Amino acid sequence: MKRVTFVRSLVTTLIACAFSLPGHAQEATAIFSSPEDTAEITLSVRSTTDIATFAQILDAFVAAHPNVELYYEQWGSNNLYADSLSACDGRRQSADVVISSGVHQMVDLVNRACASAYQSDLTAQLPVQRKWRDELWGITREAAVIVYNKSLVPAADVPRTRFALLDLMRRPSNAYRGKIATYDIERSGLGFLFAFMDSQQATTFGGMLESFSRADAVATCCSAELIASVNDGQYKIAYNVLGSYVDIKSYRNLGVIFPEDYTMYLSRALMIPKDARHKEAAAQFLDFLLSPEGRALLQEANLIQNSDQAENARSDSNDRYIPIAPTLLVAMDAHRRDQFIAKWHDSFKAEDAP
Amino acid sequence: MMDDPLDAIAARTAGSERSLLARVMAGVFTLLAMGGIVVALAAFAYGRNAARQSFDRILLGAANDIAESLIVQDGQPVANIPASAFGLLALAENDRIYYSIQGPDGAVLTGYSGGAKTANLSDTLTSPVFYDNRMQAERARFVTVARLFSERDFSGAVYVTVGHTLRARNAMALGLTKGALVMTGFGGLALLLGAFLVIRSSMKPLETLTRELSQRNPYDLTPMSTQGPAEVAVMVHALNRFMQRLDRQVDAMKHLISDTAHQLRTPVAAIRAQAELAIEDDAEDRRVQRLERLVKRTRSLGTLLDQMLSRALVIHRTDNAPPASIDLRDIALRIFEERDHEFLAPDIEVGLSIGEHPVIVIADDISLTEAVKNMLTNGLRHGVSPVTLGVSKEQGCAMIWVQDSGSGPPHEVMSTIGQRFERSAASKGDSAGLGLSIVQAVARAFNGKVLMEHLDTGFRVTLSFPAQEEDSLP
Repeated sequence: MKRVTFVRSLVTTLIACAFSLPGHAQEATAIFSSPEDTAEITLSVRSTTDIATFAQILDAFVAAHPNVELYYEQWGSNNLYADSLSACDGRRQSADVVISSGVHQMVDLVNRACASAYQSDLTAQLPVQRKWRDELWGITREAAVIVYNKSLVPAADVPRTRFALLDLMRRPSNAYRGKIATYDIERSGLGFLFAFMDSQQATTFGGMLESFSRADAVATCCSAELIASVNDGQYKIAYNVLGSYVDIKSYRNLGVIFPEDYTMYLSRALMIPKDARHKEAAAQFLDFLLSPEGRALLQEANLIQNSDQAENARSDSNDRYIPIAPTLLVAMDAHRRDQFIAKWHDSFKAEDAP
Repeated sequence: MMDDPLDAIAARTAGSERSLLARVMAGVFTLLAMGGIVVALAAFAYGRNAARQSFDRILLGAANDIAESLIVQDGQPVANIPASAFGLLALAENDRIYYSIQGPDGAVLTGYSGGAKTANLSDTLTSPVFYDNRMQAERARFVTVARLFSERDFSGAVYVTVGHTLRARNAMALGLTKGALVMTGFGGLALLLGAFLVIRSSMKPLETLTRELSQRNPYDLTPMSTQGPAEVAVMVHALNRFMQRLDRQVDAMKHLISDTAHQLRTPVAAIRAQAELAIEDDAEDRRVQRLERLVKRTRSLGTLLDQMLSRALVIHRTDNAPPASIDLRDIALRIFEERDHEFLAPDIEVGLSIGEHPVIVIADDISLTEAVKNMLTNGLRHGVSPVTLGVSKEQGCAMIWVQDSGSGPPHEVMSTIGQRFERSAASKGDSAGLGLSIVQAVARAFNGKVLMEHLDTGFRVTLSFPAQEEDSLP
């Protein structure tokens, strides 16, 4: 059965910095509603996920719930956190659903009592590390991967582990100097989280930073751009890229590595703000995402990645999850963050002018 | 026709027995329930205390972890919060957490600002201070610890406050209480069952007794088995005594009726015959003779009635009148002074032989007097003058006796003497033969015995009882 979807306006892809006014920090918006136009409720969804990635799932939801119309806003994770915090204090109109890959920021929002609780059979089935207090749920399973340009990186050089990447960067030759990129942790909440979790996870992180510095690694913004740059050959290798953004079909040059020493998995967190106007519809949306149909769609969109999808066989014990738990609050601590970023800057001194 | 009310009584009895068990069980249940409530309260208090203590320790551990991580950098205290601190706090899985690090002036260096009111900071310098407060409208528990610095470029206290909401505490307290309650519940049930079994088993003799009684033929007055615990044995004994008395009374009544029927028929027939003859007889002198016989028969009938009634009286009294201390000399003296013998047998000389000391027995006054009167009457009737009425005490036996100077009845009569209505051929027809039978009944009733002895000085009939001490005389 073909789902007929009426996208009333999939418009205005706006550049975030173009609108510095508070309340207009979103990058893009779109409205999804069923073709019969029977919507009674407009559910406001603020998310860090690209509209294009999520569109099919949102279409399926409005088809299943014709009385709900989705007003979808795409945000950067730091802006979304700031927006949600002011909404929590009552200074801004609250969204009905907030989804962010900045899980530590979401945990902080829940810890500040900005969320409302919801329980259903579907939320009960979630594993412990993917929910907290019945107020925050991890809806996806996305790996942090290493991508490389197949034509520029010889097969012998392909780093299957972080150690291999380290060795690559320590080579005296200039082959990879300035050709290795990763997230700018100040501009991306997700990048910070990945880097912070790496620092918690393994002692290799200190060496990594040092090597990044030696290899004149580049920190830049945003998964999609990083991936495109690697595909173009601007960079040879990108470290800690969100695997869900890597669409191998459209990027022919791209190789993806699930690091064999450990692979970090992230679950995008969904929260229903305490001041949401349509909590029931928001709960329906959550249940839809957790339902078999929703999960199938998420998997199709590469937002749920199973270990067996990986190119190389790895044992499950190498999977590390970023747990949705209060321990993530350490990443939100001002002192800790300042120190971490200071350390990071030491490594990426020259990053601003690649 | 009698069965219905008796069955009803039996049914009622069985019912009250069940209710006794039910009542005891209700009592036991109430006691256990009260104990259960006390245990529940105690368990709840204990659970809350335990939860509070364990989670307070976690809080303190996290606060110390953070305080430990503080360093002074460029003249400023800086926290390098370890993940383990939040890991500790995350042990309370679903609780929101709070942390705040304040400088000496109370300014927040890092962590959450505002929200929870902090403890009086100066109090925390010596030891950690725990306090309850609210975290965004949710009840929460906090601890503040101080870390003192005396560096070249910074000196003073840095305060670390850590808190979390109470969900895990409440869940733990509830869990502990529940666990204790479940155990208590099972224990209570076991106790209740045990109590039920014990009580039922100890009530078993009572149940057996009830069943035996309700199944018993109402006309069956034989004694019941007295096996069982002391309380039941006492009851059964009492019941048996009662039934024995009833049995004796029924027997006495039966005897009285049958004796009366048997004894009165002949004299009454004789009197009627004499009276008819007297009416028919023409001759004046014969008529006088017949009337005299008539009078004699009537008198004899009177004596018979007297004796029968007095025997019934004796048997009735021995069962009903409580025995008392009696001086046998009083009995002898009273009978002697009534001087009936002068009327019964004016030609026989009667003497009295009593000592100076009281001779005390436990018996019934009236029954005893009746028995002794009969003995004396027998002595007067059958014996040889002089007749002596005496009281004596020998070897712990108190004796009252009647002795005449004759040789007593022949041996073949001796063997049948004392049976009811036994009358020797020598009987003159004016005795009912009940005299000795009364004496024997009285002797049986008061643990005594009747002795008949041929002495050198004559024939003596003795009524002998166990003697009582003198001072038991009231």
